Amino acid sequence: MNKLWWGVIGTSAAVFALKYLGQSIPEKYLSHPKVKSINGYIPIVLLSALIGVQTFAEKTRLMVDHRALGLAVAFIALALRAPFPVVVMCAAASSALLYHFS
Amino acid sequence: MQTSLLSLLTFSGASQFAVIGVIGAGGSAFSGITTATLLGFRNGLYGMRMAPILKVRAIKRIVAAHITIDESTGVSLSQESRGTDAMRAGFWFTGFGVFIFWNLFTLAGAFGAQAMGNPAAWGLDAAVPAAFLGLVWPRLVTTTDRVIALSAVALAIALTPIAPAGLPVIATAGLAIVVGLRQRSE
Repeated sequence: MNKLWWGVIGTSAAVFALKYLGQSIPEKYLSHPKVKSINGYIPIVLLSALIGVQTFAEKTRLMVDHRALGLAVAFIALALRAPFPVVVMCAAASSALLYHFS
Repeated sequence: MQTSLLSLLTFSGASQFAVIGVIGAGGSAFSGITTATLLGFRNGLYGMRMAPILKVRAIKRIVAAHITIDESTGVSLSQESRGTDAMRAGFWFTGFGVFIFWNLFTLAGAFGAQAMGNPAAWGLDAAVPAAFLGLVWPRLVTTTDRVIALSAVALAIALTPIAPAGLPVIATAGLAIVVGLRQRSE
């Protein structure tokens, strides 16, 4: 079994376990302010880190290429309050254009 | 088939993108799952918020747990002024609705991707970070949020040449823990 299968099965199991656990345990155990605060920052740091790695890295090498343009366009689109699908499509289109002309 | 299974069984967008992103970039299955699991923690917190409203047991609780996501919880909580019944209806309708369309479009995407060939030629390699940016954008409310986000980008990039793939992303969870712990003293 390859690692993609492990990833699919492991992620599904882990995420479901978290969802079910949340439905089943009393709120007081995780409503501690410190835990809440950390939990609020977790998605911010992980998603941000993924943005950085997915835009500027290829395996363990760093580079600035057509993807950086796509990200910049996405940033502008979000600043202009564009809806999510438009943001993603603008990023893909601009990046693909640069890829073809470079 | 793996793509659709991931949508059916995980049903949590950020976690799905994360595990594929990490493994696709050469990370191990373990670091992929760890990143996805950390992102999945908030679903557990939503569950705790929803449980006293839904009051479901056994099989219904399993179904409720599976559709406990950003959207269903968000819609349900926005109905708070209209009473518990409206909150329950909001949760179930949103949860099932998103589940059906999420999986239909995943299937369409999986077939589409096979016909495409090189993802870079279609800009798909830029669509992934753009999607992450779209997901994190509404969470960047305060200046602290933005500073933390930029620090996480910088830390992950700085670690990329020296750490095994997958680790730079997980390492930024430490950043969240440090800032989260310090905030209490205010």
